[in-house]
Parts: sequence; C-alpha cells; structure tokens
Amino acid sequence: MYTFSSKLKTFSFILMIVGVLGIGYSFFTAPKDINDVEAILASQHGHHGDAHAEGAEHHDAKDAHVNTAHSEDAHAAAGHDAHDAHGADAHEAHDDEHTHHLKHVLQQLQNKPWAGVYVAALFFMLISLGALAFYAIQNAASAGWSPVLFRVMEGISAYLIPGAVIVFLLLVLGVMGSHHLFVWMDKDVVAHDHLIQGKSGYLNGPFFLIRAALFMGGWIFYRQYARKVSLAQDEASDNLNFKKSFKAAASFLVFFIVSESIMSWDWIMSVDPHWFSTLFGWYVFASFVVSAVTVIAMVTLYLKSQGYLEYVNTSHIHDLAKFMFGFSVFWTYLWFSQFMLIWYADIPEEITYFVTRIEHYNLPFFGMVVMNFVLPVLILVNTDFKRLTWIVVLAGTIILCGHYIDFFNMIMPATVGDQWFIGAGEIGSILFFMGLFIFVVFSAISKAPLLAKRNPLIEESKHFHY
Amino acid sequence: MSSHYEAPIRKPLVIGDKNFHDVTVDVAAPVEGRANKQWWIVFSIALAAFLWGVGCVAYTVGTGIGTWGSNKTVGWAWDITNFVWWVGIGHAGTLISAVLLLFRQKWRMAINRSAEAMTIFSVIQAAMFPVFHMGRPWLAYWVMPVPNQFGSLWVNFNSPLLWDVFAISTYLSVSLVFWWTGLLPDFAMLRDRAVTPFTKRVYSIVSFGWSGRAKDWQRFEEVSLVLAGLATPLVLSVHTIVSFDFATSVIPGWHTTILPPYFVAGAIFSGFAMVNTLLIIMRKVSNLEAYITIQHIELMNIIIMITGSIVGTAYITELFIAWYSGVEYEQYAFLNRATGPYWWSYLLMMTCNVVSPQVMWSKKIRTSIMASFIISIVVNIGMWFERFVIIVTSLHRDYLPSSWTMFQPTFVDAGFFIGTIGFFFVLFLLYSRSFPVIAQAEVKSIMKSSSEKYKKLRDQEGHNNHSHSDNH
Repeated sequence: MYTFSSKLKTFSFILMIVGVLGIGYSFFTAPKDINDVEAILASQHGHHGDAHAEGAEHHDAKDAHVNTAHSEDAHAAAGHDAHDAHGADAHEAHDDEHTHHLKHVLQQLQNKPWAGVYVAALFFMLISLGALAFYAIQNAASAGWSPVLFRVMEGISAYLIPGAVIVFLLLVLGVMGSHHLFVWMDKDVVAHDHLIQGKSGYLNGPFFLIRAALFMGGWIFYRQYARKVSLAQDEASDNLNFKKSFKAAASFLVFFIVSESIMSWDWIMSVDPHWFSTLFGWYVFASFVVSAVTVIAMVTLYLKSQGYLEYVNTSHIHDLAKFMFGFSVFWTYLWFSQFMLIWYADIPEEITYFVTRIEHYNLPFFGMVVMNFVLPVLILVNTDFKRLTWIVVLAGTIILCGHYIDFFNMIMPATVGDQWFIGAGEIGSILFFMGLFIFVVFSAISKAPLLAKRNPLIEESKHFHY
Repeated sequence: MSSHYEAPIRKPLVIGDKNFHDVTVDVAAPVEGRANKQWWIVFSIALAAFLWGVGCVAYTVGTGIGTWGSNKTVGWAWDITNFVWWVGIGHAGTLISAVLLLFRQKWRMAINRSAEAMTIFSVIQAAMFPVFHMGRPWLAYWVMPVPNQFGSLWVNFNSPLLWDVFAISTYLSVSLVFWWTGLLPDFAMLRDRAVTPFTKRVYSIVSFGWSGRAKDWQRFEEVSLVLAGLATPLVLSVHTIVSFDFATSVIPGWHTTILPPYFVAGAIFSGFAMVNTLLIIMRKVSNLEAYITIQHIELMNIIIMITGSIVGTAYITELFIAWYSGVEYEQYAFLNRATGPYWWSYLLMMTCNVVSPQVMWSKKIRTSIMASFIISIVVNIGMWFERFVIIVTSLHRDYLPSSWTMFQPTFVDAGFFIGTIGFFFVLFLLYSRSFPVIAQAEVKSIMKSSSEKYKKLRDQEGHNNHSHSDNH
C-alpha cells in the first residue's frame, strides 16, 4: 500500500493556494469598462515607443480590421456590416469602429481570466479521461505488459470526477451568461448571425448541457465500475471480474469514440462557431491521450523513486516512453493532415482559423509543433534513452507543456483574440489544477494495493522483459 | 525478444501435437506436393479473367481511354475507384508485419507472410490503373522527376498525384524488401529439403545463400526491426496521400479533413477482410488449420469490427459536420449521396461497412468460419462502393447544373477490373504453390511459449515444482 506522503500533500496544497491567488489576481485586474481598455491599449502602444505614436494609432485601426476580417467573433462581423453601412462618412465610421473595437477588446480582456481557467480545467480533466481510455484499451486488448500499471492508471482516472464537475460548472456558468467564452450563447450575437442561427438546433444551451452531463456521467460511470471490478478481482477466486472488466472496457470504448468527438466539437470547436473540421475530434483525442500516457509514466516514475511498484522494471518504462513517442507522431500526423488540407485548399470559411493563429499566435502555434513533435521524437527515438528516468521526465515535461499550449491555441484565439499573454491567470490556473490533480490522484492511489495481484495476466506483466 | 512466459488463460496459437519438425513438414508440403484438381480449376478461371483483362487493356491502349465510361463531368470513375480499392487492400500486409510486430502480437506470425504477399500483389494491380489511364503508358516514366530534354516538361511537386507516385513506389519497395527478408530462412529450408537439382538451384538463388549461422540470424533480427520501424509510418502515409488526391481539392464531399485517418482505417478494414477471404480458403486447401486457427480468424474479425466502427464514426462525422458547417454545397453533396440518384450505392456502402461488421460483437459469429468468410467478402464489396460513392457522387453533380451527368461503365471498365482480380488470384495461387506460405522460422520462435504441446508440457512441469518458470 502506498501512503500519501505529507510532503507531497503539502506541496499540492501550496500549488492550489498559489493558483487561487493567481486566478484571483487575474479576475481582479481585468478591465471593468472601455476606459480601462483605452488605458491598457495606450500603455501597450507606449511600449512600442512614443516616437511612433501616430504609427501606433494606425496600427490600432489595422488591428480592428484584422479582427473584422478574420475573427470568428460575430461582434466583429456585425462591426463589418456597420462599416459598410456608414461607408460614406468615413470619419464617423472610424469613430464607431473605434468604440466598437474598444468594446470588443473589453470583452476579450474580460474573457481572459475565464479562458485561462477553462483551458487548464479542460486540460487536466482530459488527461484523466485519456488515462481512462488508455486503461480501457489495455483491458479490451488483454495486454500482458501493462497490468502492473493498472492501479496507477486507475488512480489518475480518479481525477475525472472532480475534473468533470468543474468543467461542467464552467459550462453551466457560460450558459447562464457569467462569461462569454462561447459567443453562440449570446442571444444578441445569434440574432445577427445567419450561420449560428442555422446551427441553433444543435448549439443551444439546454441541449449542450444535456450532452455534457450525459458524456461525463457515462465516463464516470465506467470509471467507477472498472475500479470496483478491478479491486474485487484482487480478492476473487475466479476470473469473473476480469471478464467483466473486459466487457465493460469494450463497451466504454464504443461510447468513448462517439462521445469524445462530440465533446470536442461542443467544448472546444464551438468557441469558433463558424469554423468546422471533421478531423477535429480525433485531433483533440491525440493531444490528450499523449499527455495522459506521459502523466502515467511520470506518476509511475515518481512512485518507483519512492520505493513502490517493485515489479515495474525498465521495460515497462520503455514501453510507456514508446507510446509517448508513438502518440506524439500520431498527433503530428493529425495536426499536419488538418493544417495542410485547410492551408492547401485555402477556402475562406476554413482558412480564417489558421490565419488568426499564424498572425496572432505565431510563436505558440509553431512552437507547439516543435515541442510536441520535433523534441519528443529526437529525445525518445533511442531505445536506451526510453529507459532513463531523467530522459523520460524531460521529454514528458516538454510534451505536457506543448499540449497545454495546444489547448491554449484552440481556445484563446476565439475568446481573447490578439489580447493574449501567459500571465498570472494562466499560470495560476495551471498550478491550481495541478495541485488538485496531484491531491486527488495520489489520494486515490493510496486507497488500494499497488498491484492488481489476482489479475490473470499479472504474472506476464511481472515477467515482462523486452 | 519478449518474455517466453505466457499466462495460462491465453489460448495456444499452434494447436495439436506439433513439434518443430512438424512445422517444417507442414509448411513445405504444399510446395513439395502436386497441385490438386481444385487448384487447377481456380487457376484456370483466374487466368481466363486475367487474359480477358489483358484484352481490355490492349483495346484501351490501342483505341484510347474514350473506351471507358468516364465523361467530361465524371472524369475519374472506375479507374480511380479500383486504384484506391486495391491500394487499400494492400494495407493489411504492412500493418500485420510492422505494426503488429511492434506491438509484439505473436499471432501475426501465422499470417504475415500471406498478408505481405497479398499486399505486393494488390499494389501491382493498383499501379496499373493510373498507368493505363495515362493513355500512353510507354511514357509512364514521365511521372518521375527524371532529368530530361523535354523543355519545360517537369513533374508538378505541388500535386498530390505526384506524391502518390512516391508514396506507392516507396511502399512497394519497402514491402518487397521486408517480405523477401522474412522469406530468406524459409527459402533456405526449402532449398535444404529439395530433392531435384533444379528446385535446389532455384531456392538457393532466392534464399541469397542463407547459411543459418548465428551471425545470419542476428543480422536478420536487426534488419527486421529496422524495416518494421520504416514500414510503420508507411502504413499511415500511403493511404493518407491517396486521400490527399481528393481532400486537397475544393470539391464538396472530397475536401474534408477527416479523410486521411479515415482512409487509413478503411484501408486496414478492407485489407484484413481480404486476408480473411484468402486465408480461410488457404488454411483448408493447404492443411494449415493447426497454424491459422479459429483464434486467428477471430482476432482478424475483431480488427475488422474495430476499423469498421472507426470508418462508421467517420461517415457519421462527415454527415453531421456537413450539416453543421452551414455551407450549402457541402450539405447538398452529402444529401445527394444519401438520397440522390446513387442512393443505392450509398446504402450498400453503409450496410456493408457499418452494419455488417457489427455482427462480430457476437462471439458465435466471429468464430464461425462460414460467417467470417461471407462478411469478409461483404466488407470488400462495401469498400469498393465507398470509393465509388466518394468519387462518382461528388463529381456527377457539377457546379453548373447543365453539366450534371451520370456515370455509365463500359464493358472495358468492367473487363479491366475483372482482369486485375484475375491477375491478383493468378499471382496468389502461384505463390501458394511455390512459396512457404507461413513464416515457419518465426512460428518456431513462439512454439515454446504458445503452442498447445509445449503449453501442456509446461503445465505438467509447473504442477511438479509448483512455481512459475522464471525464464526471460
């Protein structure tokens, strides 16, 4: 049995407290009205250098244009209409547009703390969902190498319950209008937006929440059931529970392949309500499953370093690292497929998505490809390297940061636009959810023996040698 | 290599009381024996179909591709459908030999040789369609970026069709090398058993002087692993690039981002179905039931079921997103697929690819040889119609309604397709009489851990000293 060390527990609490402070600071300092925004924009341009003040103003107007042309935000689209209508009186139009721009930036800056919380909440929840899916795959495939890691995976999946509850609350707050991450929830926007009106049969508050509740409920149900039969198998005298876990895993995977795609359209793709990509669901899956395998490897290495998991040898670590490598390549494959096809075809309804990202998120957008593809591949390609703790931790850290940025790139452009930066809110959110994650996961791991001793494949796993 | 210990709940992969020598004898038997009447009957039919295809191709080359049913609106129809269908079938070989090797699936060893052979034969069929669609196949080498004196004539590196040339030729060469490397020790086995000087001569040439020394085996294992590493990305790349032929365009129904992974899943789906079709017959005809067991068929059925479900999810995703996109053209393209004049092909595709594999959830059905055989054929019919649906229904409703047409295949279209099926079976039947159809050297490596005989022996041993064997 593992005991949750007080040191790690304290560490997790510190992370949560610091995180809450960061989040609180970001909410507190968010602008309240357009005057604040004007001050912020002025100070931003001040940084560019006073000598270019005129140029800065010009830049400002250009910014508005960029937003009009490329942002998925319907407010911007409405602004474009206004611009057309007042085309005769250029000056008036410019003033209008300026006020409109300020309002737009205000909303983006007010969204920013919410978006920071949302990205981190989603990221950690999906990590535990990914670990659960990986666990289900291991069970359904009757894998012989991994049963010594089952309790680690079960522990990580324990975070699904609090994680899903938090994400669900954030979605409810969105539907109630407390934040504006999802523009399609705004009735005024929908009233002026022909495209969103066409989707309102699907994108509407009640149906959106029903779907979320159904999916989260289904995942949590499987998680609780799988954990129960897995523990029951420890004390059983036959393999009945093992068979049950096989069947449950297969059924869950069917539910998962459907719910995962829809989840990604709902909670991520719909922040850009005009944009669509059929690959999106699988792309999101690749992103969180590689993060999940990385977390499994890191938690395993931590427990191993504390003297637990005696049967886990370097071959198990090697295989986990191989999955980190393989899923990194798989993620890149899907990233490339989606990006290349849209870039190559270059049709307006799709390309705006990447134009926004390349123009305003250039560094995170291409930086994440380096972090999620180039570095993991170079670091993990060597067989011997995959067995070294520090290498796996190094590659894992890069992968986790890279995929956080991936989720950041998926949410931020539509919610905060070009007003993004990684500040107290974003880092605070990461720390808070990391603390909560550590606390929940290690509490769960400490509640059951670390070896699924009566699993009929456990001997194979103990003797696993590659 | 992986552990020799295997959990008692695992079913044996080699059944019956087989020792190492039995494996040699059983695998060599079809090569050393004489062909029976059934083989000659099937071979004659295949040869006739092949010759019919040769005639149709000759007619095409002599007269021009106007002999096909393709028209101005539907400029691509059966040729590209057949091309994609055959390339797709060719996917199972590499998946079994490379991906399942990396996943250390021991059951692959009974089926990898034939799956790889099938891969190579089907890629050959696939390659013929673009070549003869060129109209002047003797200029086919122009698709290669060869230094030339043709003035401004040079390949277009921006075109996915050119990427296809590279992808498929890479795939064919790597598959061929992988296949032949695995064959070396088995050819050597046939060489060592050969009684006539002629066969001895032939098999010693094709086995490249394999000596069976430890150094040979060490290099063999190393090169297998390297080739598996090289071949794994190819499993994804080939059909991905085939999907780019469509998805890079701006034609509604073609331009959709899910196409690459969904084409790959569909290819594995149809490839495994074809492996099942061929092996269910071969295990019977060549008396290999002890090696290609019901469990092997069941596992392949499970892969068919999983990939079928993935493909089904992709179909539904495409439909939903077409509606969700709010793009009228996109919405119409999918509505037209399901309810337009080609509704019957859409229905066939849906039934064969999405519904039929789902019956595999029943253990009774997926372990029934008859049912597996029927479903494997149904799946490949469905996969042919999938390509037909994607290609023809997306093209036949042009942007200008005045250009709307239907596609009517001619007897030449049909003859060429039937000819490739004939050619494929000619090659496969010749292969099954002259090649070791099971990778016997590899099967021998799992005898100790996974054969019924040794499992029994180990159980007895285990009962005697009450401990698990600790060997690695």
